[in-house]
Amino acid sequence: MAEAAIRPAALDRARVLQWMQTYGVYAGVAVLLVVNVAVTPHFLSAENFRTQAVQVAPVIIVALGMALAIGTEGIDLSVGAVMALAASVTALYLGYGLVPALLTVAVFAAVVGLANGALVAWVGVQPIVATLALMVGGRGIALVLLPQLKDLHNPALASLGSGDVLGVPYLIVIAAALALLVAFVIRRTTFGRQLLAIGDNRAAAKLAGLPVRRVLMLVYVACALLAAVAGVLATARLQASDPTSLGNLMELSAITAVVVGGTPLSGGRVNIAGTVAGAVLIQLLTATLIKHDLPPSWTQIAQAIVIVLAVYAARGRGKR
Amino acid sequence: MTATRTETEEAVARTEKELADGAESVGSSRSERLSALVQQHGALAVLVIVSAVASLSFDSFATGDNLSNMATSSAFLAVVALGMTFVIITGGIDLSVGSLFALGGVLAAWGSQYGTLVALLLPMAVCGLIGVVNGLLIARSRLAPFIVTLAAMLGARGLMLSLTDEGANTYLVAKGSFLAELGQGTTLGLGNPVWITLLLFVAGAVVLRRSRFGQHVYAVGGNEDAAALMGAPVARTKIIVYTLSGVLAGLAGALNAAWLASGVTILGNGMELEAISAVVIGGTLLTGGLGYVSGSLVGVLLLKVIQNVINQIGSLDSSYQQVVSGAFLAVVVIAQTWLGRRRQLL
Repeated sequence: MAEAAIRPAALDRARVLQWMQTYGVYAGVAVLLVVNVAVTPHFLSAENFRTQAVQVAPVIIVALGMALAIGTEGIDLSVGAVMALAASVTALYLGYGLVPALLTVAVFAAVVGLANGALVAWVGVQPIVATLALMVGGRGIALVLLPQLKDLHNPALASLGSGDVLGVPYLIVIAAALALLVAFVIRRTTFGRQLLAIGDNRAAAKLAGLPVRRVLMLVYVACALLAAVAGVLATARLQASDPTSLGNLMELSAITAVVVGGTPLSGGRVNIAGTVAGAVLIQLLTATLIKHDLPPSWTQIAQAIVIVLAVYAARGRGKR
Repeated sequence: MTATRTETEEAVARTEKELADGAESVGSSRSERLSALVQQHGALAVLVIVSAVASLSFDSFATGDNLSNMATSSAFLAVVALGMTFVIITGGIDLSVGSLFALGGVLAAWGSQYGTLVALLLPMAVCGLIGVVNGLLIARSRLAPFIVTLAAMLGARGLMLSLTDEGANTYLVAKGSFLAELGQGTTLGLGNPVWITLLLFVAGAVVLRRSRFGQHVYAVGGNEDAAALMGAPVARTKIIVYTLSGVLAGLAGALNAAWLASGVTILGNGMELEAISAVVIGGTLLTGGLGYVSGSLVGVLLLKVIQNVINQIGSLDSSYQQVVSGAFLAVVVIAQTWLGRRRQLL
């Protein structure tokens, strides 16, 4: 066993951590799936998978936008508020038909994104503070527009929320399509490369002549638009607009999904597949604990442990 | 201070004080001093103006009852914001304070059956311990403060919920106990929590401005590498700062439980954001290295006065409060960034 002697005694810690960062999230999902198949009754049913996927779809969509913001070494705390805003605006304009309502939602979201982006890119405010203002104010605006829960009776919206193509719910189709689109933008477009360059080293990107401000503006607009899509889909599924609680703590779930999925907070790298897996991991973890009648408080503690483990593994990779 | 201070230490202390005071010595032009003044006291000026307008507009604003109610309800957030000020000056952030506030309240109410000392010390110890863990992970393992304290936020709320049977069980503070008196009694017309808060702020200001530790806090936030080179104990300072934030959040929760006579499990949601807003409005830079304890107190009062004014305008929906607070925060942050950049250019 000459080879074994050459290798360091303990399993090389750096390599373990590196493996954990790249594949840990998939391993986590796999372990949870296996455990559930083994011990959870009725886990292996199409109905259950459908429910889990429909529940996780809005988180994935928001997390995609968050991944873009984090890729530029930024963050967007206002996504939950944007979801609530989207719900309010949808309810207010649904009378004119679904398409006009959705266009209005897009306009509102774009304005929020432009405001965030302008603060970050032009004024130079730290992203966490810039988006904090709209996180506080955005939900307020949503509540001013529509103070209470409102039932929506719109067949078009209903079919968006609960319809399916070939047995796959629209929510999942849309989430998957958006994930592919964002991954394509990151990997194959100039915009994506500029985004990563800015996240890696903003000063260098500026010196290299990249349109730093324009890219940052677009990133925050994209993030707000994706959050708005999630807000509309969640509203469609609920068949009601609920500005008080829709999207509450969504910013934290999205950040968790992105970070657990192996995207470093220090920017410069974005892992879309990992982000999707990160959202699925948190969803499965919650579902597992609930299905075994463990109290919800355990979910939060478990989630906290997963987050710390994930960032611990990510430590030292990327910048700093 | 001791007589054994070396010249180097004096020089370091002086430099740090200058940094903290807004670099007055470096070509202190008039506009530079003006922007430093606005940064430090701008929130106070706005508070005075808003309060003056409010007391002219509403008869019920400047009454003794209303003012002392506002002071008491501000006290708990102020204690949390005090700890947050230290954290933010080091360039960090603590998202766990809202959960620690709720946890502290529940622990205090539960502990009150074993006496006031337990009721006060237990939450401070448990929340302080969580603060130590935050600090260790941030300072020693070099994890991002945002993520570490986010995890602590989830974990602490989970712990609180599991202590209260998923929030179903409410612990009550015994009537007539010393703890209840501490929360509900008044001294010289002001609620006891207000006096405790004021004492803590005076102590906080002295520690920040006059102690070696306070200098280290500014130095770490100003430039971590430079601070390390100067011999400041960077890791220890960070650990202490997060511990302090945890202890103060737990104490604030305990005082709040004493005031409400019960450990309410739904409190503290979003409190971390309120505290951060207050600190930022008070002139402390989120990039670290510059900040004022007094500013945070003013920031808390300003948030509470806005809330009170919106309540006074009965016709205005309370959701406007969030809109106004958000707009306010945006304006302050833009002004701060602009002033900060101006001072860098000068």
